[in-house]
Amino acid sequence: MIDLSSLTLAQARDALRRRAFSATELTDAHLAAIEQARALNAIVEETPERARAMAQESDARLARGEGGPLEGLPLGIKDLFCTAGVRTTACSHILDDFVPAYESTVTANLWRDGAVLLGKTNNDEFAMGSSNETSHFGPVISPWRRRGSEQGLVPGGSSGGSAAAVAAGLCIGSTGTDTGGSIRQPAAFCGIVGLKPTYGRCSRWGIVAFASSLDQAGPFARTVRDCAILLRSMAGHDAKDTTCVDLAVPDYEKAVGASIKGMRIGIPKEYRMPGMAAEIEALWECGAQWLRDAGAETVEISLPMTKYALPAYYIVAPAEASSNLARYDGVRYGLRVSGRDVIDMYEQTRAKGFGKEVRRRIMIGTYVLSAGYYDAYYLRAQKVRTLIKRDFEQCFADGIDAILTPTTPSAAFAIGEKGRADPIEMYLNDVFTVTVNMAGLPGISVPSGLDSQGLPLGLQLIGRPFDEETLFALGAVIERAAGSFTPEKWW
Amino acid sequence: MAVDSDTVRRVAHLARIAVVEDEVESLKAELNAILAFVEQLGEVDVRGVEPMTSVTPMAMKMRQDEVNDGAIADSILQNAPAREDHFFLVPKVVE
Repeated sequence: MIDLSSLTLAQARDALRRRAFSATELTDAHLAAIEQARALNAIVEETPERARAMAQESDARLARGEGGPLEGLPLGIKDLFCTAGVRTTACSHILDDFVPAYESTVTANLWRDGAVLLGKTNNDEFAMGSSNETSHFGPVISPWRRRGSEQGLVPGGSSGGSAAAVAAGLCIGSTGTDTGGSIRQPAAFCGIVGLKPTYGRCSRWGIVAFASSLDQAGPFARTVRDCAILLRSMAGHDAKDTTCVDLAVPDYEKAVGASIKGMRIGIPKEYRMPGMAAEIEALWECGAQWLRDAGAETVEISLPMTKYALPAYYIVAPAEASSNLARYDGVRYGLRVSGRDVIDMYEQTRAKGFGKEVRRRIMIGTYVLSAGYYDAYYLRAQKVRTLIKRDFEQCFADGIDAILTPTTPSAAFAIGEKGRADPIEMYLNDVFTVTVNMAGLPGISVPSGLDSQGLPLGLQLIGRPFDEETLFALGAVIERAAGSFTPEKWW
Repeated sequence: MAVDSDTVRRVAHLARIAVVEDEVESLKAELNAILAFVEQLGEVDVRGVEPMTSVTPMAMKMRQDEVNDGAIADSILQNAPAREDHFFLVPKVVE
């Protein structure tokens, strides 16, 4: 008997079409895996009844030969996506037992194509974090451990539950959101593939907003092909999000295995950070060699504004967050703490309902937008953002097809290890990923090797706007050369 | 531009987040650490640079000015912490 929870999404899809097993069997295998993996805390709301009902409907459609592109494939959904009738909290106390009456566009697209909801995955509160430690439901424990150690490691964040669940075989794919690296960094830490599409490729409608000009939904899966299959269903025009583009969605899967001969790959010298681990540097060079072996050419490029991306991000993102999170006022939904008057009610509700990191970011955002500081901080950051984007545009205009970088400056760290005293220490995790959000570009993280302690490391590919296909083609080359990585089961 | 304790209290009030006195010192230190970090943007020459308003160049989409949804008061109110009929309840705001 094959282990149904270790199949790739593409393998399961093809087997379901052949009727080698049923969607119900596939879903049951994953529900059993979830039950055994509660120690990971990857899933904050399990939906077994809904999953079985959806799987039964899939089986009926498959029997009639009417299966959609994702028919019967069981997924985990980040708790930032509103799911009608299923509790959605953004892992914040302030949303408590919020049950949306509506469905996010991205998840609606997945269900339209036949996918099955297994449950809602854990994340940093309002997606603010790089380790999944700010969740109101507690941290996710990575399925990966350092060789010979039982210390709990972070899965990365903010989409830590989605990444851990895929790595541990709890779901066949999952959704994430990426504002500064929240898909790519946990994908790298968990040894799986994660893609942040171009800004505007997927609708943001029905996703709990963090920083609206940076947020973008994307897929996690164990292979590049699986991510390509998921993105095709997730993407597409939506009149309910005015920033969502009206562009045809390509059949991304066709790009997997396409030739990369003659492609020009930029290696940005500014990403060679002082103090970068030798292993990361070696892996990066290894990735460049794999691409050259497949016929691509690698070229050193310069992105001089790189070092300013993270400080600019820590103005733009909190500013937008302070505005977006103004809606949590204890009146229309979520937590309410009573006060002396209405202002006191707002202040007590928000003090109790938001965690430490979220309060800190709202306050920074409020400060940089406040009278007298707007020009010095926010306006300047938006100008720097124009320059960051210009760096990339220049490279692409010079004939660069994609850019290769490490995804993160280190492998996963231990729970409680970073950011206790100094918030900046945690923020630095996103140094290689945040530039991509600032410029609205697509980026993919592909697992590329293990470090000396046995932990996965990822390489990031950055593409031209709306050229996710090139990322899938290049990502598949790296994947083929690097192989795949599965954590040893301890849970 | 470092913030002092009074600024921390003022910003917290603007953000409608209650802070207790013991939190002010640590918040001040954290906010100043972040502000010191973003200070390096001052090195960048931004003369003549347009601030970004849209990351993907696109014209603002318009839709027909017509009602296409409504009569869903029950679902709008279903998550309200306090409600009466089709109203949200809040503490008294006018005397």
